[in-house]
Amino acid sequence: MEYVPTIGIEMHCEMKSNSKVFSPAANTYSKHSNTHVSPIDMGLPGVLPTVNKECVRKSIMMASILHCEIPEVLCFDRKNYYYPDLPKGFQITQSHMPIGIHGEIEVPYGESTLKVKIHDIHLEEDSAKMEHLERESLINYNRAGVPLLELVTEPVFHSIDETIAFLEYIRRVYQFTGISDADMKKGQIRCDVNVSINEEDGSLGTKVEVKNVNSFSNIEKVLECEIKRQIQLIDNGKRDEIEQETRRYDEATNSTIRMRSKVDAIDYKYFVEPNIPKIKIDPDWVKEIQDSIIELPLSRRNRYQALGLTSEDIKILLRERTISDYFDECITLGCEAKMASSWITSIILANLKDEESSIEDFKVQPKDLAKLLSKVLDKTISNKQAKEIFDRVLKEDILMEKAIETSDVQISDEAYLDSLVKSIVEAHPSEVEAYKNGRTNLFNFFVGNVMKETKGKANPVLTKEIIEKYLQ
Amino acid sequence: MKSVLLNIHDKQKELDRTFDEIQEHQKNYNSFVTLLEKVPLKEETSSLLSNVCYALKDNYSTKGILTTASSNTLRDYIPPFNSTVYEKLEAAGAICVGKTVLDEFGMGGTGTTGHTGVVRNPFDTSRIAGGSSAGSCAAVASGLVPFAIGSDTGDSVRKPAAYCGIVGYKPTYGMISRWGMLPFASSLDHVGIFTRSVLDAAIVADALKGKDEKDMTTWDSSSIHLQESVENSKDQKYKLFYIKEIVEEENYSNIKENHRQVIENFNAVLEHCQKNGILVEGVSIDKDLLAKIPSVYTCISCAEATSNMSNLTGISFGPRENGSKIDELMTNFRTKNFSPLIKRRFVIGSYVLQSENQEKYFVNAQRVRRLLVEELKKYFQEYDGLILPCSSSIASKIEDAKDMMKKSDDLAILENHMALGNFGGFPSITIPCGKVDGMPIGLNITGNVYEDEKVLSLASRVEEIIEEEV
Repeated sequence: MEYVPTIGIEMHCEMKSNSKVFSPAANTYSKHSNTHVSPIDMGLPGVLPTVNKECVRKSIMMASILHCEIPEVLCFDRKNYYYPDLPKGFQITQSHMPIGIHGEIEVPYGESTLKVKIHDIHLEEDSAKMEHLERESLINYNRAGVPLLELVTEPVFHSIDETIAFLEYIRRVYQFTGISDADMKKGQIRCDVNVSINEEDGSLGTKVEVKNVNSFSNIEKVLECEIKRQIQLIDNGKRDEIEQETRRYDEATNSTIRMRSKVDAIDYKYFVEPNIPKIKIDPDWVKEIQDSIIELPLSRRNRYQALGLTSEDIKILLRERTISDYFDECITLGCEAKMASSWITSIILANLKDEESSIEDFKVQPKDLAKLLSKVLDKTISNKQAKEIFDRVLKEDILMEKAIETSDVQISDEAYLDSLVKSIVEAHPSEVEAYKNGRTNLFNFFVGNVMKETKGKANPVLTKEIIEKYLQ
Repeated sequence: MKSVLLNIHDKQKELDRTFDEIQEHQKNYNSFVTLLEKVPLKEETSSLLSNVCYALKDNYSTKGILTTASSNTLRDYIPPFNSTVYEKLEAAGAICVGKTVLDEFGMGGTGTTGHTGVVRNPFDTSRIAGGSSAGSCAAVASGLVPFAIGSDTGDSVRKPAAYCGIVGYKPTYGMISRWGMLPFASSLDHVGIFTRSVLDAAIVADALKGKDEKDMTTWDSSSIHLQESVENSKDQKYKLFYIKEIVEEENYSNIKENHRQVIENFNAVLEHCQKNGILVEGVSIDKDLLAKIPSVYTCISCAEATSNMSNLTGISFGPRENGSKIDELMTNFRTKNFSPLIKRRFVIGSYVLQSENQEKYFVNAQRVRRLLVEELKKYFQEYDGLILPCSSSIASKIEDAKDMMKKSDDLAILENHMALGNFGGFPSITIPCGKVDGMPIGLNITGNVYEDEKVLSLASRVEEIIEEEV
């Protein structure tokens, strides 16, 4: 029998916002513990939550991107459990009426795409962060109350590649839309992974949940070893031993370890958060949010494919929204797509890497690059010369226009000079005639015209050779 | 009773008197958890509460001042922020004389379960003051202060007010901010006010009300002027209703003498009302539905309480307990510091919220709550308010006071109907209406949400009639 794994993902992502989701404390990453904390985040007696509208706006945006149904009212629930990182003893989340349900999103998969069904997406608060030392545990409340979006897929993936392609894409969407920085190094993305192997009749097998996986590379490893573990059990006739349970990933042994079985599952005793009244979600506001959604990476990819860019270039351009936007602006300004793409992906990004700066603050902005590349395009300058001008702009800290004007590079592009001379010769038949009849001093008339056209930058030796060729 | 607040002529004298009497008061009634230092008069503000002394229930957060909710779990807790109520009273220039005793976290109706001991009734110190806002009630009833702040989840302001012969008012849900008030059951919790007249209750509520960006359940009440409406309400024609199933004698087997006197007093008041131009009619509400009030209250309040008090683990605040593991430390803290009565409520709350029970108990309780509220709202279309006695008898002896978890006997509806005001968030006020066996009793008037002006005007009119006639 062929084993088909079925995988579902719960992806938690910390949202970007000025303040926390239910408190006015700053939502900022800080190296210093317990510096962004309000009494609300500490769960002190008598505090009340206030919903951060910006977080709701971003949740509605993401729900819309996932083509989810959005409810008419905003509603929050309490998820009750005791843990030292949960100061109130409950987490405010959305259980019975998430901000988005029944969604579907198309994500790039290789050169093609994959459609992924979404169970729901909901807004909730993060817990505090604990650090366990040998003899004591420390609690950092900076993270308590940070807005989290939890995205739950249907069990729709049947391979590790599909799963990772989805996660990578969603991460990119979060970053492009500014909903989240989705920075895995800062632990902003955490996933729970559900895996099962199909029964012999093809129906879904018993699912096992692996909790709290912090990077995509670990998700890959989790899936590999969990699928392998389950298949081995089945091969040994021990399918019964695959239990509905919660496991965790142990990096040291590269294996999953049981945390608790379904029988010991925690009863979270969800009920509606009484301190947040149900708030009507204005359809006009939803429309406004939806209209403000920028072009998503998949649509950009398809556009770039149509422009004939290489998949390598596309990948680089779509690495960050600012890069993609930069490229798009160049196109709008009339740049030739492949030329602009190769300039950005090789020359500009290499320069950015050196200076660790953002493309938005880069000295050469799209309008500058467009000017430069138009000169290349109309053969005023060669690619090599363009690169020299580009370097001068960066090194001498001068404007692009100035650099082009004052560029003393000679035009030695033979083909260009050839066509220039040809057009001048053709435009002056009587002078050609006179020259051929012995007025040899007219040679300088032609040189003068070439120099006029090229602002004196034509390579004189080459120019003379070409003129001689045409006047023979 | 005419306004006390409008008749304080020498504020220095009043301040001196209050602080002269407070030690004696504490000795007699044990109203306070914390007595505050006497302060000199502050600069006079435009508020009628300027330099007026008051007592604050110890479940309101006061920055830098011990706030215990009368619980061992918070016996050394000093909040780093103020409740909105305290902040507003500070801004008005009122002078807080102390933090008052309550039943632990407001969970109880006797005033006997606070960690600093029993509060006694100023009319008879062998009797309870009622709860949970016992200390605040006793402080006003004894004449120590002209007003005090309580909180009301089932009837925790309106019941003790009846037992101590004063006014207890709970405005519409969300009219006064709950920010910084230590919760019992959030969907039922209200800020409440004790005074000696309806007009004074209006004056205090005017100072406290208002939308608060820290409490999302508050609403804009800037067009509501309670004092003004009470003062200008003389000639209005009112129409009241009472619920036959609660006050007619034939609904009770073996009616006790005390109870009979309460009913007789009530009927006498109704007659005086009729004579003075207030129309009063009896309506009938399904007794089975009314009989559910205590269990609905227990279900919802215990469920919310068990969640609200999950923050009490001794980890981020409160006295830390020992334990070899974190779980153990939390368990030890809760086992040691909560009283058995509270734990019983937590067990009930957890039970009704468990996924296999939630539909049957908690969700059904919400449904019945809604049915009851809709039923009352129906009558509020036709009538200005509901009038009922506050309890079946006078304040009980301290030794007879148990944790009155809502029982389902004959008297359960009469004893617990004021929770309807919490179910619907209705404005509801208790006013004194005479005495039985030398102890005060009260009656309750409840109206539709947002109609606080009408309810207070009406109560003021009935108050006037009672003073003239009873």
